[in-house]
Amino acid sequence: MTELLGNYVPIAIFIGIALVIGLALLIAPFAVAYKAPDSEKLSAYECGFNAFDDARMKFDIRFYLVSILFIIFDLEVAFLFPWAVSFSDVGWIGFWSMMAFLGVLTIGFIYEWKKGALEWE
Amino acid sequence: MTAELLNTSLQLSVPELMLAVGAMVLLMIGVFSGERSVTIVSGLAVALLIMAGLWLVLFTENGAAYGGAFLSDPFARFMKVLALIGSITAMVMSVGHARAERIDKFEYPVLLVIATLGMMLMISANDMIALYLGLELQSLALYVVAAINRDSVRSTEAGLKYFVLGALSSGMLLYGASLVYGYTGYTGFDEIARVLGEGERPLGLVFGLVFLLTGIAFKISAVPFHMWTPDVYEGAPTPVTAFFSAAPKIAAMAIFIRLVSSAFEPIRIDWQQIVVFLSVASMALGAFAAIGQRNIKRLMAYSSIGHMGYALVGLAAGTQAGVRGVIIYMLIYMVMTLGTFACILAMRRKEEGNVENIDELAGLSSTNPFMATMLTILMFSLAGIPPLAGFFGKYVVFAAAIQAELYWLAVIGVLASVVGAYYYLRIIKIMWFDEPAPEFAPVAGELKLVYGLAGLFILGYVFVASPLGLAADVAARTFF
Repeated sequence: MTELLGNYVPIAIFIGIALVIGLALLIAPFAVAYKAPDSEKLSAYECGFNAFDDARMKFDIRFYLVSILFIIFDLEVAFLFPWAVSFSDVGWIGFWSMMAFLGVLTIGFIYEWKKGALEWE
Repeated sequence: MTAELLNTSLQLSVPELMLAVGAMVLLMIGVFSGERSVTIVSGLAVALLIMAGLWLVLFTENGAAYGGAFLSDPFARFMKVLALIGSITAMVMSVGHARAERIDKFEYPVLLVIATLGMMLMISANDMIALYLGLELQSLALYVVAAINRDSVRSTEAGLKYFVLGALSSGMLLYGASLVYGYTGYTGFDEIARVLGEGERPLGLVFGLVFLLTGIAFKISAVPFHMWTPDVYEGAPTPVTAFFSAAPKIAAMAIFIRLVSSAFEPIRIDWQQIVVFLSVASMALGAFAAIGQRNIKRLMAYSSIGHMGYALVGLAAGTQAGVRGVIIYMLIYMVMTLGTFACILAMRRKEEGNVENIDELAGLSSTNPFMATMLTILMFSLAGIPPLAGFFGKYVVFAAAIQAELYWLAVIGVLASVVGAYYYLRIIKIMWFDEPAPEFAPVAGELKLVYGLAGLFILGYVFVASPLGLAADVAARTFF
């Protein structure tokens, strides 16, 4: 057990050093830097103009829908790669397992298509 | 895996395969025939669940499938039949309500079938990965179902809350499973039990056990992981709440039993104290927190928290009699809850829609004597008054605790049920002795049927107690 944990010592040291440097850089300006704030310095900077609007704007929920549908089929491809690489070893059972998986996904695809989730307008 | 092994595996899981394929077929029927297909999809979904249940009872043999990850044994069959009955009843009860509230989407029955499939996989799981897959399949469907009334702020809030907290608990469960895997080297329950039986018990493994049980305690809403229950019960549409309080609880309790009595049996001392704590805390909170509730759905939420505490008393005993007690308790609990929710669904007026305040029940004995009588029987039974079913449920778990020399646990249980009796009796008092509130709309036939049957079962439990006890005996013997 200790031997196993010993392998992680370099990572622990790295985390320690990173923490020390990061914190030092964060805290040092508070202690040493010269501060003279005014309203111009503190206001949001946008290419020299006054800020147009809030950075947290609303956007269309359909972006979310499209991205989540994308992720589902993206993952499908991620499953297909190892299957394709080991195709000669997995045999017929491996082949039909993947076909069943693709079949289930196709059902989902038909559903979302018929429901109009892929239409933009 | 050879073709022969695959063949036996497929045969053992026919009911699950039926539900999986059936759910997809129903989805296609629904999406191709548009919104008006909800009636036919609901009907077919009920037929599908009944068929799966019949196949389960008549044709499924004992055995292990898919390399030991899926187990078909008397315990699994008993609990699966309970879960199926819970799902079927909840689905039947929701048809009329969904139409009246305009949330009759064909996705609803499909999601219920998928959730039931998840429960059945979970009940049969004999491997951490199979357990997680079943649990997630069930949970994901339930998150969506909780938010099915998406134009209602409360329903979407309930769905979101359930999703966030449920995802957290799944994460804990996975973390626990990874720790257990790390310290034993296996994910299968039998192998874990074998390794633990050799006398090893590293501290990290106990951490894993605690995280695993935390995840499952969340699903059965045992204190201190109960926070989501009242809000989700109140926010979700009432038929969905009826579903939540019955079938998923059965499935989660089943996997709880299987996990501690097969995988972690050798380290009973460790899990026993966790179960005892969950049980005492749930009984106490269920008894005291419900006293202040005026909303009947919130009240039932606290009531179900308390009942999970009583069921865990049997599990804490860790004996065959204890497991038998839990099985019987869950059966009786399910019937009582479904009956009570049928009454809650019947609390509906033409102009206001569904009402949820317990004062709306005032004078029900004069406006609808049949419903009042049935609800009275259900409330007496929930309080545990002999000779109704609820009394026998409590009796078997407390008797098991006393046999296992957990005297103080049984005493706390009895005291908590005395405190809890207050709010059940208050509902009875409101129905029989208060000035009548305006009359409810005529009750739909299916609701009458459900609360009538539930009342009948509870009244006549004494006569069916011995065959049911025998079946529970066979189921409990699986582990001993």
